[in-house]
Amino acid sequence: MDYSMDWSVIPQNMESILEGLWLTLQISALALLISIPIGIFAGLCRVSRNRFVSFLATSYIEIIRGVPLLVLLLWIYFVLNKFMHLGSYWSAILGLAFFSGSFIAEIVRAGIESVPRGQMEAARSAGMSYATAMRLIILPQAFRKVLPPMASQFIILIKDSSLVSIISVADLTLVGKNIVGNTFRSLEVWSFIAILYFLMTFIISQLIRFLEKKYKVAE
Amino acid sequence: MIKITNVNKSYGSHQVLSNIDLEIPESQIFALIGPSGAGKSTLIRTINALEEIQEGQIVVDGISVHDKNTNINQLRSEVGFVFQNFNLYPHLTALQNVSYSPIYVKKTPKKEAEARAVELLTSLGLGNKVHSYPGQLSGGQQQRVAIARALAMDPKVMLFDEPTSALDPEMIKEVLDAIRKLASTGMTMVVVTHEMGFAREICNQIVFMADGKIVEVAPPEQFFTQPQSDRGKDFLNKVLNH
Repeated sequence: MDYSMDWSVIPQNMESILEGLWLTLQISALALLISIPIGIFAGLCRVSRNRFVSFLATSYIEIIRGVPLLVLLLWIYFVLNKFMHLGSYWSAILGLAFFSGSFIAEIVRAGIESVPRGQMEAARSAGMSYATAMRLIILPQAFRKVLPPMASQFIILIKDSSLVSIISVADLTLVGKNIVGNTFRSLEVWSFIAILYFLMTFIISQLIRFLEKKYKVAE
Repeated sequence: MIKITNVNKSYGSHQVLSNIDLEIPESQIFALIGPSGAGKSTLIRTINALEEIQEGQIVVDGISVHDKNTNINQLRSEVGFVFQNFNLYPHLTALQNVSYSPIYVKKTPKKEAEARAVELLTSLGLGNKVHSYPGQLSGGQQQRVAIARALAMDPKVMLFDEPTSALDPEMIKEVLDAIRKLASTGMTMVVVTHEMGFAREICNQIVFMADGKIVEVAPPEQFFTQPQSDRGKDFLNKVLNH
């Protein structure tokens, strides 16, 4: 193999790489912020004793989880956009948020169900309403248990955000593709971009590890 | 104080409570005893609606427990419940375990609720464990925190569902002492227990249950010396002469 590396392609295109990185960060962060309330809400509905509410949540989770993200993004961008003008930026964010939300909902449900039944009984016996018991007793305990799977889900979200390049969002991956197209320096460009993605996910996993330690309770 | 009238409950074809009638006057202590599967725990759990009933009526302090229009949260805050497995909130300190319901249900000012919680914990010998988490406490200590948690709501009735069954033998006494102390204050109490000596010592009436029915209700001296029913005799033979 006769390939001479030339890393100068990176600094030469630093400006567009940083722009792509910034867009990836924006999309991931916004999708994450939106997916958490969606996931918690859908997870709570899933464990609701009201069958209709539970059915709606289950349907959302099963349908969205069962469609490939790539297809979901294409569907939102090409179909949903005909009815409401989201544009590629918000199509990407909402697609990621609802996709990730369906997985978070299942994590939240598992977390709630992992809290022993006696906890709800004790809280209700002490006069708390269902909602108060959820908020003060069940969810805080579930929260501690779901941190590790949540971390994985957030990491997946950041990595999945690379798919939004398919609906022409100029994220880090699309920027990389363009630079490679112009310079043919695929080894340098894709290696550098891989490192950038790794750094983002690594920071997230360290952050969650810190939270895990902070909220660890003697049991 | 508690009036149970013709209560029936079944899981499918299995009748767990049948035709239960029982009246517990104020300041009285009733022990529910009997073989396992007799429905003792189910019965005590129906008194604060942790279990539904299919038929009958339970009235606590003039309020019908299983009436759809009853504010069940309001009622439960007047009925303290102590579980076999303590069920303390593991993510909260002893102080928070005790003060949360007064703060978030009764809307007692935080300072006041916490002062009262410290007072209760101290009176139960846990003055130095106020800031401990349940995981750092022994079983006996945890159960005393659970008693303090129930008392913090100033209940009119206290229900104990096998409060010492999950404890190591050397810790049973400290919990029984706590209940004894409470008995001396004139609290109305119902205790499901296997501690026969304890039941005999502090209770006004023994309610002997078997197969989902109340077989015999008698003062302890009478029940333990001259049980009227064959089931009662048989049960006492097994538990007292082992």
